[in-house]
Amino acid sequence: MWVFRQLRPYYVPYLRTLTVALTLLGLFTAMTLLTPYITRALINSVLENHHWSELWPLVLALPLLSLTSGVVNFAQQYLNQDFSQKCTLRLRAALYARLQAHGFDYYDHEHTGNLMQRVTGDVEAWRTFWTQGMGEAATFTFNIVLGLVVMVTLNGRLTLFTVLLLPFLTISVMRLDRAMRPAYSRIRQSMSDLQTVVQENITGVRTVKSFAREDYALRVFETRNLAYMQYNVEAAILQSRYIPLIQLIGNLGAVMLLWYGGMEVIHGRMSLGTMVAFFGLLGYLTGPIQQLGFLVNLFAQAFASGQRLIEILETPDIVTNRPGAKELSPLEAKGDVRFEHVSFHYTESSDRLALSDVCLHAKPGMVVGLLGRTGAGKSTLVNLIPRFYDVQQGQVLVDGRDVRDWTLESLRRQIGIVPGDTFLFSASIFENISYGRHDAKLDDVRRAASLAQADGFIMELPDQYETTVGERGLGLSGGQRQRIALARAILYDPSILILDDATSSVDLETEYEIQTALERVMQGRTTFIIGHRISSLRRADEILVLDGGRIVDRGRHEDLVRRDGLYRDVFQLQFQGARG
Amino acid sequence: MSTVTSEARPSWKRRIWAWLGSVERPTQAIERFSYQEDEEIDRPFNWAQLRRLLTYIGPYRGLAAAATAVTMVGSAMGLVRPLILLRTIDRGIGGHNQGLLDRYALAYLATYLLGWAAAGMQMRLTTRLGQSILARLRHHLFGHIQTLSLDFFDSRPAGNVLVRVSNDVNALGDLFTNGIVNLLTNVFLLVGIIVVMLILQWKLALASFVTIPLLIVLSTQVRKRIRLGWQAVRRRLSRINAHLNEAISGIRVTQAFTREDENQTFFSVINDRYYRTWMNTMRWSGMFGPMVNLTGAIGVAIVFAYGSTLVREDLASVALIIAFIQYVGLFWQPISLLGGLYNSLLQAMASSERIFQFLDFRPAVASPPGAPELPPITGAITFEHVSFAYAADRKALDDVSFEVRPGENIALVGHTGAGKTTVINLLSRFYDPTAGRILVDGYDLQSVALPSLRRQMSVVLQETFLFSGTIRENLRYGRLDATDQEIEDAAHAIGADGFICALPQGFDTGVGERGGLLSVGQRQLLSFVRALLADPRVLILDEATSSIDTQTELVIQHALERLLAGRTSFVVAHRLSTIQRADRIMVFDHGQIAEMGTHQSLLDHDGLYASLIRAQFRFLEGGPLGTRG
Repeated sequence: MWVFRQLRPYYVPYLRTLTVALTLLGLFTAMTLLTPYITRALINSVLENHHWSELWPLVLALPLLSLTSGVVNFAQQYLNQDFSQKCTLRLRAALYARLQAHGFDYYDHEHTGNLMQRVTGDVEAWRTFWTQGMGEAATFTFNIVLGLVVMVTLNGRLTLFTVLLLPFLTISVMRLDRAMRPAYSRIRQSMSDLQTVVQENITGVRTVKSFAREDYALRVFETRNLAYMQYNVEAAILQSRYIPLIQLIGNLGAVMLLWYGGMEVIHGRMSLGTMVAFFGLLGYLTGPIQQLGFLVNLFAQAFASGQRLIEILETPDIVTNRPGAKELSPLEAKGDVRFEHVSFHYTESSDRLALSDVCLHAKPGMVVGLLGRTGAGKSTLVNLIPRFYDVQQGQVLVDGRDVRDWTLESLRRQIGIVPGDTFLFSASIFENISYGRHDAKLDDVRRAASLAQADGFIMELPDQYETTVGERGLGLSGGQRQRIALARAILYDPSILILDDATSSVDLETEYEIQTALERVMQGRTTFIIGHRISSLRRADEILVLDGGRIVDRGRHEDLVRRDGLYRDVFQLQFQGARG
Repeated sequence: MSTVTSEARPSWKRRIWAWLGSVERPTQAIERFSYQEDEEIDRPFNWAQLRRLLTYIGPYRGLAAAATAVTMVGSAMGLVRPLILLRTIDRGIGGHNQGLLDRYALAYLATYLLGWAAAGMQMRLTTRLGQSILARLRHHLFGHIQTLSLDFFDSRPAGNVLVRVSNDVNALGDLFTNGIVNLLTNVFLLVGIIVVMLILQWKLALASFVTIPLLIVLSTQVRKRIRLGWQAVRRRLSRINAHLNEAISGIRVTQAFTREDENQTFFSVINDRYYRTWMNTMRWSGMFGPMVNLTGAIGVAIVFAYGSTLVREDLASVALIIAFIQYVGLFWQPISLLGGLYNSLLQAMASSERIFQFLDFRPAVASPPGAPELPPITGAITFEHVSFAYAADRKALDDVSFEVRPGENIALVGHTGAGKTTVINLLSRFYDPTAGRILVDGYDLQSVALPSLRRQMSVVLQETFLFSGTIRENLRYGRLDATDQEIEDAAHAIGADGFICALPQGFDTGVGERGGLLSVGQRQLLSFVRALLADPRVLILDEATSSIDTQTELVIQHALERLLAGRTSFVVAHRLSTIQRADRIMVFDHGQIAEMGTHQSLLDHDGLYASLIRAQFRFLEGGPLGTRG
């Protein structure tokens, strides 16, 4: 139950609503139990014993009772929903806030799909528990307790007969639940397999067509399609074994009632009205029990889901503002970056250093190029400047002060990053470019886009800057996406600019144009360029060659091409026989 | 005294309607993100569409008949039960006849046993029926989508197509599983109840029918309102989820650009909207049950009130009243199910309209019926006055003619948008030319069967698409009957076996979600192996622009040589080495061939090509960029 204790803040404030709702639910149950009494009175005293004067009060009582209990029932449901929705609202907001705050290290270990499952499925399970779970549990208790009381007062022996059915009912219900769980998960799995086939054959349509594999794709699809159908049918077969049986057990109660009750009436031990009233009461016992499996499941799920939610909520942030951290004022920021004997490794357990004893000094306005194989530490190095990670040894200084002594937000406000794998949000291009500068006007956005060589193709799009892009929007080429990301960083107007393989997907001609434009952008900013192409590193003030987390060589282009090493190898590869 | 009281205090009626009213209250929050919703919009009822939908039942008519028959048995049992009850009370209990009571009780038991058997069969049959129809529809739809050409795929996001095949088809599930069966059975049941009641006591019957119209309104109109409400809730939720998904996958950008606070504001707006939409819907939804109960109570009250007069006049027995109460209770089920059917029909209109929209889409690129197979070719290609426009006003290729000899390697060069990619799209018949002809060994591309053409001409795309599965499975995609040995040999020939064998399970390593495990260069090597296995006469290659690790780059250059050897090839080239190696270079400019020749001859010509090449080397001139102190 520690899960419920930990998550207290997300439901305790609203518990009063829940209490009122559940009280009303009890009241509602009690009211509905009055109906069988009225029916009994109508049959016994009016119809059988001809007390006609009692007819109208009793007849009018039926709809009146239904109306008032209906109002109570409505209020009960509404409050219950209000309670659970408010809990979820709060929980979801808290989760979102935590997800926004978690650092890169957190996301290095958590897959998007996994997290999505938590914030959708687990939140939903948690909500269902509070709405349906609490509601059903209360209904279950009220119905069985109150129903039994009423039945016993009406006729003890008949009640006993009915109660005898309950264990059988309970067992069948629990069995059904156990049988269905794997069946449902098979259905879900086969649906997602089916979707994968469709998804892949659409995204990869050019590959499918160029190898003329349409028939093959359809065959694969058909296998999954039939599997999905088969699992559904199998689930129906399982259900058809239990559900009619569960209904039958409940109905056996009615048969016994008719037979045994009939005998009681014949022998004058019970009135006909009581027998009819019993027919109405039967559902009070058998109904809730049919929900039992569902209820048990809800509790188990809420517990498991709650645990996963707590993991998100309680994971502490590693990169946070230090006490006494200062604001890096935009007016005073110069863009001086210094690494002093910096070493870094990603996980505590890993003994492989991602960076090892790195020293560098980028004076304001300098351009630093970084070259190295995949995994050499280039991206790691630049990620330490905006404190996406904190160093373990040595220190990174911006404008002469340890980055950890600046407030996180003011520090990042001074650093613009263009990553190699561009992420665009499902929003207009305007919105994407002004992502960091929500107050930007169209003119500013266009100016930034022009510098990034993006204005031209944007103006040719159907809705120009209002065109929706991103996963759910119009597909752009890799090069176009990169140019939008570049425009985003330009508009951000940082004093430190980081281009992490930022022009990898544009062709050489466009890259040349971007490079030319960048020369203006880089004016007065300290720039770090990571690239595989000599063309993008060539004019850096200092080029660092990294290997295995160490700086193995450094210097200007002219120095490096003269020396034997990685830089010269790359240079020769890219420009061999260049001048024909 | 103020005279504007009517404005200050709206009537109760108006207040209640306002409270129940508009499911969506317009909110003026700034929409920073846009998540398209193209689902669940109700469409008016359309007979033609329904008829077309019903044709999918075709092969399963027998199954449908069986399901209906079984369901009818179950319903008939429900109809008979109150009658048995009536006889039991009248003759067994009323007549103090134990023997009759026993027999009636047995009959009562029999109806339940029969109902039990029928219910089981019904569940199995209806599910089989519904799922078979859905599988058929899904198969038809996916099969049709596979025949469509690229204009279809280029004009819509992939998610859009996925939603048709999964969600829209599944949305028809309820209609096909229960709809058809329910329609017949419940009409039968409803008529049965009415007839039996009329026969038993026509006056009391007519009196109790008063509640039927109320029940119909509840089960159709009120329910529709509720359904629309829940649709709105689902839409709100899918917005939340769409945003959450982006917030998570784009977190690095958000943190880099310090957008956390603004996103938080946006999220709390959509989160709060979801809450309000939910509670709005709850107002209707929560009233539904109580209203049905109230109608039922009114029905029972009428039966008692009028029935007791009849009992007094000796026109009815007590047992009859009890049976009538049971029948009044039975009204609700068929009316509710028919109302449900009405609602699922309305819903089906929207889904089926979108499905049929896809099914009616004709492929722009198709072979004429009975087109002959393309015989084995040598690989001679001719463009005869070929023009092409993606949209009417934008010509991508303008009257281009050239001839390529078998085995010749052609490099395509030019600015973005000059027409290189279009040449590739036309050669691989992703699109057909708007004017002119393309010939392979003298055969017009459009006149031969498409599969026979594509077997001999392969395209290697800029971005390698990998299917989920193992590396081996992905390579085999090039030739489905390739043996493991052939696959490994091809990988070796390309030089991809080095990195493949270094992977945890070698060739049997899974490539993971969209091949995220592999680098761009490695993925490209895999696509080379795939093409080598396919062994086409003509190879069309869109060279990746991405800058690649130096070591991989070396392997790729070697692999390219191996791949192009002995075939006609067209390469959109981004690497100098590739361009230089080509037998001939075509330089495109504004949809036309501006220059054509070898590297050296074009440099000597000193035209567009020479300036493009020089542009690349301008990087080498000039000094460092920074403003060093």
